Amino acid sequence: MDVLTQNFSLYARGFLGTLELTVYASLLALALGFVMAACRVSPVGSLRALGTVWVTVLRNTPLTLLFFAVVLGLPRFGLVLPFQLFAVLALGCYTSAFICEVLRSGINTVPVGQGEAARSLGMSFGQTLGGIVLPQAFRSVIPPIGSTLIALAKNSAIAGAFSVTELLGTYKPLNEMGYGIVWTFVWIAVGYLIITLAISGLFHVLEKRYGAAR
Amino acid sequence: MSRSSSVGSPTPPSPPNRKGRAGGTRTAVRGDRRTALYDLPGPLARRRHRAYGLLTAAALAALLGWLVYLLFATGQFTATKWAPFAYVGIQDLLLRGLGNTLKAFAYAAVLSLALGAVLACGRLSDHRAVRVLATLVVEFFRAMPVLVMIFFIFVALKVQPLPALVAGLTLYNGSVLAEVFRTGVNSVERGQREAAYALGMRKTQVMTYVLVPQAVRAMLPTIISQLVVALKDTSLGFLITYEEFLHAGKLIASNLDYDLPFIPVVMVISPIYIGMCMLLSWFAHWLAGRQRRNPRTRAAGAVPASPETLLPGVR
Repeated sequence: MDVLTQNFSLYARGFLGTLELTVYASLLALALGFVMAACRVSPVGSLRALGTVWVTVLRNTPLTLLFFAVVLGLPRFGLVLPFQLFAVLALGCYTSAFICEVLRSGINTVPVGQGEAARSLGMSFGQTLGGIVLPQAFRSVIPPIGSTLIALAKNSAIAGAFSVTELLGTYKPLNEMGYGIVWTFVWIAVGYLIITLAISGLFHVLEKRYGAAR
Repeated sequence: MSRSSSVGSPTPPSPPNRKGRAGGTRTAVRGDRRTALYDLPGPLARRRHRAYGLLTAAALAALLGWLVYLLFATGQFTATKWAPFAYVGIQDLLLRGLGNTLKAFAYAAVLSLALGAVLACGRLSDHRAVRVLATLVVEFFRAMPVLVMIFFIFVALKVQPLPALVAGLTLYNGSVLAEVFRTGVNSVERGQREAAYALGMRKTQVMTYVLVPQAVRAMLPTIISQLVVALKDTSLGFLITYEEFLHAGKLIASNLDYDLPFIPVVMVISPIYIGMCMLLSWFAHWLAGRQRRNPRTRAAGAVPASPETLLPGVR
């Protein structure tokens, strides 16, 4: 308990770092994933190919390798950004591939007849998309998006090794100050549990509120 | 599953089936891309789509060209930067790194399959205490970031990098696999279990002869997809100074004699890494396609290969 109370500011900084990383990377992943999902379901062949390549490559890339390439590689092209931004980029791009697949399978669960019915009522593409297809897809993608974002929060631990302030990285200064390692890690674990449980609680509420009745 | 019972909703053209199957048969039977988003395009729309396609292809090609130009402009293709890969010593270093990665993967895969089996037995046990204990273990290790576990084992228990990496991966992937096994056993049709009991089989016999073979067959694609996650996560060993593939790359990349050949190293390493994972993923995918057509998996229902969206909290 001493470890937490005496170093509360250190823990708080790490916790906020992880939280920021998670939130920004989630936003990037959701936006990018949506764009890529739109590419993957579009009737235009080259866009579909782009989406497929994006998803296949990023899903099979180890996240450490991606961090390695982004954090240490992009500066070679003269692109120097704060480490945190690099971490958000790497995490967001990596997770966007998973989000894209979730959204695509969500759109594919909408029965074809729904779209056909909408069009036979004279709805335009925008109306069909916004009024018929996306609302139904949204209902079925809530739980998988939740678990993808939880995975993102857990993956953000890797950023600590690439000089970003986040929760797991706090073990190092504490260890040097001579605190008990086990308790240090217990509080780190609690921090991660708070974040993951908060996300899962949020998505439970969303599911209750909007989820499809099955 | 109860969509047909909800009052007033229009009956969908295909019966609401298991998600993976519905998608599979729809594309397989029709052979054409049909979504709720748009009708099959006519000749005019197809021409328009082709125009869009050419435009985007040109834009993508331009982007790619710009990247290649950037690579040249920043001098990534100079002879000094690529010279190290010609040396046998450095090739050996890379191969040793690759070997260490595969070694960690092999250990982690075997051990996590074993741990998964044990934990799944625990979760399916008839004894309440065992069940609760196994549930706690599984839930805890699934909720923790795998890196936290690896660091904990490495720093607090002061073990060597390889055992720390393997132990961390085993705990995480074992817990996930336990859930996969359990889902598989529970997804076997109820009649199979009932029939086996009616024939006078004992609890263990029902499990080993009837339920587990069907469950494993149905879940094999998912299991392999989870092993892809384990293979990807072996790269976390890099962060605890395990001398694996990425570590070897880092050694070469930070060599001043070769003008810090960082980009060349990434260009050599990532295709190999991604290729290995892709091979395994494709194997899982191919297996899933085969399973769907296999009459033996009918009682359990083959699951599409996707570890990402299987369960809450799973990567």
